[in-house]
Amino acid sequence: MSQLTYSQVDHDILSAMKSPGRRYYLLLLADVLVLAWGIYAWRYQIVHGLGVSGLTHPVMWAIYITNFVFWVGIAHSGTLISAILYLFRVRWRAGIYRTAEAVTVFALFTAGLFPIIHLGRPWFFYWLLPYPQVGGLWVNFRSPLVWDVFAVMTYMIISMLFFFTGLVPDMAVVRNRTSGWRHKIYAFMAQGWQGSDRQWRHYKAAYLFLAALATPLVISVHSVVSWDFAQTIVPGWHSTIFAPYFVAGAIHSGLAMVITLLIPLRKVFRLDAYLTQGHLEYLAKLIILTGLIVGYSYMVETYIAWYSNNIPEWQHFTYQITGEYAVPFWIMILFNSLVPLLFFLKPIRTSTPWLFGIAILINIGMWMERFVIIVTSLAHEYDPNSWGLYFPTWVDISITAGSFAWFFFWLLLFAKFLPVVSIVEVKEELPPPVVTKEGVT
Amino acid sequence: MAESNSGLVGSFPHLDSLLHAIENLKKTGYRELQALSPIPHHAIDAALEKPTSPVRVFTLIGCLLGSITGFVLTIATSLHYPLITGGKPIVSIPPFLIIVFELTILFGGLLTLGGMLWNARLPRVHIVPAYNPRFSEDRFGLWVPCDEKEFDEVTRLLESAGAEQVTPATR
Repeated sequence: MSQLTYSQVDHDILSAMKSPGRRYYLLLLADVLVLAWGIYAWRYQIVHGLGVSGLTHPVMWAIYITNFVFWVGIAHSGTLISAILYLFRVRWRAGIYRTAEAVTVFALFTAGLFPIIHLGRPWFFYWLLPYPQVGGLWVNFRSPLVWDVFAVMTYMIISMLFFFTGLVPDMAVVRNRTSGWRHKIYAFMAQGWQGSDRQWRHYKAAYLFLAALATPLVISVHSVVSWDFAQTIVPGWHSTIFAPYFVAGAIHSGLAMVITLLIPLRKVFRLDAYLTQGHLEYLAKLIILTGLIVGYSYMVETYIAWYSNNIPEWQHFTYQITGEYAVPFWIMILFNSLVPLLFFLKPIRTSTPWLFGIAILINIGMWMERFVIIVTSLAHEYDPNSWGLYFPTWVDISITAGSFAWFFFWLLLFAKFLPVVSIVEVKEELPPPVVTKEGVT
Repeated sequence: MAESNSGLVGSFPHLDSLLHAIENLKKTGYRELQALSPIPHHAIDAALEKPTSPVRVFTLIGCLLGSITGFVLTIATSLHYPLITGGKPIVSIPPFLIIVFELTILFGGLLTLGGMLWNARLPRVHIVPAYNPRFSEDRFGLWVPCDEKEFDEVTRLLESAGAEQVTPATR
């Protein structure tokens, strides 16, 4: 990137924000139609009750909670790239962190909907919040479901703070180049930024501390999500490995989602100079790491179930492997822990079609993982008399499709209204313009 | 220079000429210089001899407030309506620590943002006249507070350091 100049950076990144073409509007229209269908399905479910979804005894948590865990997981890689890699001073994050962080925020918008969709009477969702009510009853702070509310809401607020704080200096650049109503919006988002030394000093300090706060937060969030399961005594859920296993899985799926989105972004907006093949290769290398952790967790979980000699625990694992849900189980093993190993081969991790294809497979595999964890455990608990099966109905599937449309709806708006690559951070990575040969260190 | 808001702005195409100008002006006795730059750079902070940002104090206070809120919220509400669930004590510290942790981060983050806005004097409605849009693009600016009779000397110092343009501007 060393041949780029500062004004070239402004020009290249801002040209992605020009008025979109017809294809963009068609894509947006298709997306909004799927979203509208999902909203219709939700309305249908609210009017007719949860019975119209596939939820039935004993599987009372199914696709909605799968989606919740999946989307919270997708959010995690954004924080990994924007906060954890920032603390480690990883230089290559500059080109990709804005998109990764947008993925975090929008994935949390989506995840936050599912516990509410899963309620029979969604208008009572505020019962989860601690507020003084007339009966003097408060929420049960010993319940993992309440921890979840606190963890996910904190995560959403901190991610949005981090996202908008990082945007402020870039908004000043956009503000200076726009006019009319757009100028007003960007001027508002820039908050009067002028890049004085005073503003930069406090901004950098705040950014560092937000990153330092977000790092333990991201690990806590998926741990808390895993405890929704691990705190119960359901075979297959009641395990101490769940927290690290979920965190690694979350980052695994999130990295795959970031690759899935960066490849088209780079192509459509011609940002090859900023989102290089090298960036994708680094992400692929991180996926090898998380894929190995996830694969190791699958093995340890199964081994401990066998070694414990606990009959319900072991029957659960044999059921997973050979029962009605064996296909999702083997998809999960294959796509999450074996296919990513192909990234060990350099020709594969540097080839865009392979990267894209494998990233999609990991997305599917990680969604299946959550489905397998949730549904197989509930389908086969202790008492064979109460065993049962779950199959999604059109309502479950429509709402799930709608949730993807909801996520991509925000992402499509983001790609046109905000700079998809951080202008300031890319400039920071360039050598500053100097007269003297030795430069400024 | 608190009584006067007048001054000169030099625009520099190069970072090292900006640093050079800061050194020269400091030697001549000019204080309260203000740099405007498209990127943050530690060399600018070092040249201007600015103290460490106090935002970290805000973060600390926010985190402490969050922890206290977490403990008070969980313990006080449990004692207020003592309902035994799962055979666990009314005040169960281990699960409460999760709420304490989340609120520590939440309040810490909110006060960090508040600290930044407060210290950086943001948001501001009026952009200073000294600001030039190119200072967000590819130029480094230096605002020197000075009286009209000092204009000639400051202009000379800025231009000798490599300023391509010097314009009078108020803060």
